[in-house]
Amino acid sequence: MLIASRIAQELRDGMLVNLGIGIPTLVANFVPKGIHVFFQSENGLIGTGPVPEPGMALPWLTDAGGKPVTALPGASTFDSAMSFGLIRGGHLDLTVLGGLQVDQRGRLANWMVPGRMVPGMGGAMDLVAGAKRVIVAMQHTAKGRPKIVRECSLPLTSNRPVDLVVTELAVIGFPGGRATLFEIQNGVTVEEVVAATEAELEIPPELSQSPIAKPEPGAGAMPSVGEAI
Amino acid sequence: MKTISLQDAVAMIPAEATLMVGGFMGVGTPEPLIDELVRQQKRNLTVIANDTAAPGIGVGKLITAKLLRRVIVSHIGLNPETQQQMLAGDLRVDLVPQGTLSERIRAGGFGLGGILTATGVGTIVAEGKQTIAIDGRDYLLEPALRADFALVHAFIADYLGNLSYVLTARNFNPLMAMAADTVVVQAENIVPVGVVSPDHVMTPAPVVDYLVVKG
Repeated sequence: MLIASRIAQELRDGMLVNLGIGIPTLVANFVPKGIHVFFQSENGLIGTGPVPEPGMALPWLTDAGGKPVTALPGASTFDSAMSFGLIRGGHLDLTVLGGLQVDQRGRLANWMVPGRMVPGMGGAMDLVAGAKRVIVAMQHTAKGRPKIVRECSLPLTSNRPVDLVVTELAVIGFPGGRATLFEIQNGVTVEEVVAATEAELEIPPELSQSPIAKPEPGAGAMPSVGEAI
Repeated sequence: MKTISLQDAVAMIPAEATLMVGGFMGVGTPEPLIDELVRQQKRNLTVIANDTAAPGIGVGKLITAKLLRRVIVSHIGLNPETQQQMLAGDLRVDLVPQGTLSERIRAGGFGLGGILTATGVGTIVAEGKQTIAIDGRDYLLEPALRADFALVHAFIADYLGNLSYVLTARNFNPLMAMAADTVVVQAENIVPVGVVSPDHVMTPAPVVDYLVVKG
């Protein structure tokens, strides 16, 4: 998965990281060799491990979707106030979340579509307001319509701008409050990114291609980057 | 702390009561108490919980039985019945960011009038709320939450009511055990005093009012 493997390059040894559901969850499959990352589930767990073997699930050891997980050596558990203290209190180094829209200044909308989909914000508002670094993992467009827009038509998740948006086409940041093209993924042209983006994009003269992570031997059963998406 | 039967514990709860219910997607929810609420058809309840779980699980059973008039939760996305009742106007749903919800409950149990949080600033969550700037950063004033009853799930309760929770079933339970007028506990294991060492007691016995005995 192109998006997840690109985001995994932002991981550093010792980080505390919270992954949202969907594409963000896949980032855990691409942790670079030789570094150790603590993954938090906001329902009260640091050290979330993979899905248990059949027949080994414990009903009281679950992820934030209520699904059985395992706990890695060195894991810790805690109540919801502690969990969100970690998130809001400057202890969470990175969160990776899905997105519905991101505006020109980097503000994210990802929790409701009025009248159609009202799941509730869960922990998303706290994660965006509180994490040291926020990365959005999403497809560049939805049904052909740009998701990186001038103004979000959907309700914002936070007024705090995100740090990075990673899509299957590009990596976009928001220095000085302006959407800026940082990288384009391999095989994509700047024109294609611009055409798929509604927000005005700053385009630096020397634009790099995304460095593609080589699949780590034994890094899991995920498809290699070449077969992604 | 008094021991009580499941039936009597729920019989104490009047219609229209406000309940805090522990659990996260049903994990750490005292299911026997939920089932008994349904059996006794306690109506017009207000529930404060993390979420409305899913049909057939935890708070989701109260939704299906149409026993609730209002929920204060952070997430309803995995229970389509909650959304249907909300859209039909049968159920009031107050959505609260999860960290704000847990901290409002904590404040309610810790003698605080409310909390200041940056979560929700600049969003529709801020509508109608007071914003207070401290050291140049904006915070929302969010009032404390309390309830008439807390329905708490513990992994271990000793004969005095000292509680210990397990793994991700802890979640909101210890917070809610502090924040209600009457605290009712259903425990997976009830053990003699001393089995839980003092350092492993997560909720001290004096805050527990009733321990539901095994049927």
